[in-house]
Amino acid sequence: MKSDPRGVLTGVHYIDGDHAACEGALAAGCRYVAGYPITPSTEVVERFAMRIPHIGGIFMQMEDEIASSIALQGAVWGGAKAMTVTSGPGFSLMMEHIGLAVMTETPCVFVNVQRGGPSTGLPTLPAQSDMMQARWGSHGDYEIIALSPNSSQECFDLMITAFNLSERFRVPVMFMMDECVGHMTEKVVIPEADKIEIFERKYTKKKPSEYKPYEPVKDLIPEMAEIGKGYKFHITGLTHDERGYPAMNEENQHKLVSRLMDKIRNYKKEIIMIEEDGLNNADVAVVSYGITSRIAEKAMIDARKMGIKVGKARLKTIWPFADEYINTLSKKVKAIVVPELNAGQIVREVERAARGNCNIISVPHFGGTVHKPEVILAAIKEGAQSGNNR
Amino acid sequence: METTDKHPLNNAFLNALDKSPMDKNKIAIVSGIGCTGRVAGYVNLDSFHTTHGRALPFAEGLKAASPDTKVVVFTGDGDLMSIGGNHFIHAGRKNMDLMVICVNNLNYAMTGGQVSATTPQRAITATAPYGSFCEPFNLPFLAETVGAVYVARWTVYHVREMQKAMSEALNKKGFSFIEIMSPCPTLFERRNKMGSALTRMKFYKENTKVENNADTRNTKISLNDPFTVGKFVDIEGKKTYLEAMNSYYDEAFQSDDEYMRYRGLAQKNYEEGCLND
Amino acid sequence: MTEIRISGYGGQGVILSAMVIGKAAALYENKYSSLAQAFGPEARGSSCSAQVIISDEKILYPYLVNSDILITMSQEAFRKFSPELKKDSGIVVYENELVKPEGLASSVKTFGVPATRIAEEKLGKNIYLNIVMVGFFTAVTKLVSQDSAKKSVQSLVPEHTIENNVKAFDLGYAYGKEHYA
Repeated sequence: MKSDPRGVLTGVHYIDGDHAACEGALAAGCRYVAGYPITPSTEVVERFAMRIPHIGGIFMQMEDEIASSIALQGAVWGGAKAMTVTSGPGFSLMMEHIGLAVMTETPCVFVNVQRGGPSTGLPTLPAQSDMMQARWGSHGDYEIIALSPNSSQECFDLMITAFNLSERFRVPVMFMMDECVGHMTEKVVIPEADKIEIFERKYTKKKPSEYKPYEPVKDLIPEMAEIGKGYKFHITGLTHDERGYPAMNEENQHKLVSRLMDKIRNYKKEIIMIEEDGLNNADVAVVSYGITSRIAEKAMIDARKMGIKVGKARLKTIWPFADEYINTLSKKVKAIVVPELNAGQIVREVERAARGNCNIISVPHFGGTVHKPEVILAAIKEGAQSGNNR
Repeated sequence: METTDKHPLNNAFLNALDKSPMDKNKIAIVSGIGCTGRVAGYVNLDSFHTTHGRALPFAEGLKAASPDTKVVVFTGDGDLMSIGGNHFIHAGRKNMDLMVICVNNLNYAMTGGQVSATTPQRAITATAPYGSFCEPFNLPFLAETVGAVYVARWTVYHVREMQKAMSEALNKKGFSFIEIMSPCPTLFERRNKMGSALTRMKFYKENTKVENNADTRNTKISLNDPFTVGKFVDIEGKKTYLEAMNSYYDEAFQSDDEYMRYRGLAQKNYEEGCLND
Repeated sequence: MTEIRISGYGGQGVILSAMVIGKAAALYENKYSSLAQAFGPEARGSSCSAQVIISDEKILYPYLVNSDILITMSQEAFRKFSPELKKDSGIVVYENELVKPEGLASSVKTFGVPATRIAEEKLGKNIYLNIVMVGFFTAVTKLVSQDSAKKSVQSLVPEHTIENNVKAFDLGYAYGKEHYA
């Protein structure tokens, strides 16, 4: 279905990534935000708080991030599309409730505008050092979806995708921005509402007597029931059966956890988005995401001027990881260069997927600013000189 | 406490529900983790069993999105007042329209009887093996202080009073709080040589003083002394969070054509305009 | 590609003037532009700055490396940011009653305007100094057109101040035309 025009600020704007992310959420139909102020994400909720009385929704500033990260789930079961917004320290506090959202299959969006860590770290400066936390931060085995935008425009566009994926797969989606993208002001074009495709929540049409909250209906995904309609459904963070009631034994654990993972793993093709350029006949591929992908592209342009055959694969979807894609790529190139604003997180995934097929060059940076293009350029040059194992 | 449907507390709640003219489809239960956690699964209502200490913020989100649902939070002293204490004071401050039932058994029972925020001084628990030396919370006093519009305390002995309190709270708008004293015979009572569940019921019968409108500063609970039960607070007319927001915005945006009064987010709320007063 | 540093002290409207210039280029000139600003204690302290990059091509690196233009409204900001100017082609646009541009390479071009005094004398309020600066900047650098910059001002300031801000822009623009034609 099409977006509700009340939430769509159609036009051309000059706004930063935080503001654009908020507009993306509103366009996606988000009408409930629970949040707690934290730099550099606060502008997202500030804008939401300002806009929402004119759209018909609600912002609740909670007492902490723990409360925010579960209030939004209550709101989802009450019928809302909802998100919460935070940065490093707050994201750490939210981890348990990412697990709850996974276990109860609550569609919602967690925004993390990443800053330098660990601990209080660099509140006003960029990093990409929560990428693994987004995937593994809650306890237990699970799969989530994580997306990473690299411009104000993409904060808008990809946020709509984030909400759509969360509804489609009934999974929490991590929206992994960084301080640089969040605070960089650029042109953002917001289309008309009828040009924006929204995945609407599918409530069950079954009779209450026939409805089982966790019976997979299509693509391993169960249907939600609307509150107050007599379904009298039960939702729990305990291991549960298809009726939704606690059923704590090995058999149910296996059945539930494998479905929770398979409903993402089996649909990677639908979830994984990669922007690529110049990879045909490339000797070197640069795999990057978020703000770093822009610096990588600058380095790539400089490398091409020097005659190096280099292409890019920009990961818009970080999780689930593009294993098969990277594996295929690793058979075609001499080297893959992975710059990121952390000590080397996603490069581990690249190494795992490449299975030794090519040289993998990590270009770590602990954050505080972005890479110097020359540093990535040097890695591309190094990659071009790798032994040919094709 | 045992949370089976035979427990007097559940009976009281279910009877209160039965007697209430409210549409049962419009009542939801939220619980956290602990002895009360599983209550959500024992009642035939839309029900949510959430995480430890966080039933309140979940309930706040649920209520905000679906304002025509009566949201009841079933919780315990460890869940509500120890790990979840911060949420309690803010939910009270904001007068969230929630009915909170706190089963106070004076310790963390589900995990084996550890010291909680309501454990009386000198009581022995698994993690206070020589006795607790800290001042416990006096829950009715705390609830009143943070702004609850309805505060009552009963024990599992006081079945009829408990049921009446629940009926009243079901019809109350705003943050209502009922504390139910319940024994934990296998852990707390055993460790503190307080006898069986039956002995404890007898204690509740003989050593409680019913005093409605009692000053909540005087409703402390100590290890073996008599304590006060009753309805301590019942006030009318205080705006709930959503009412306060709407009436404030109605005024702030009275000349603003674009303003949209908040009516909830479930499709049905929208159609029925349930927050239109 | 043109890299611009806009600087001054807190309360002078540094960020707004950066927004006006960046938005004029991005929305009314069909160019690319990005704006980055200092956040946190720095933004609330005495010295405040923003960076605007304007380019005909997509902007990849989000921060400025060496500024082509330094717009400055305080001596402290001038001292802090003048060393990053391009040595051979830099331009300094400054509030000439608040800033003495010292120690610059001889190839750096300087353009001064008494923006605070103009705002005070002609509009009765010194708060318009930042838009006087933008008008002046538009006239002397021609980086964005007068029309685009003015549209940008109108779109960014509170409605009840549009008239005075447009006047401030025109005054700055006229001063630039008069003194540096």
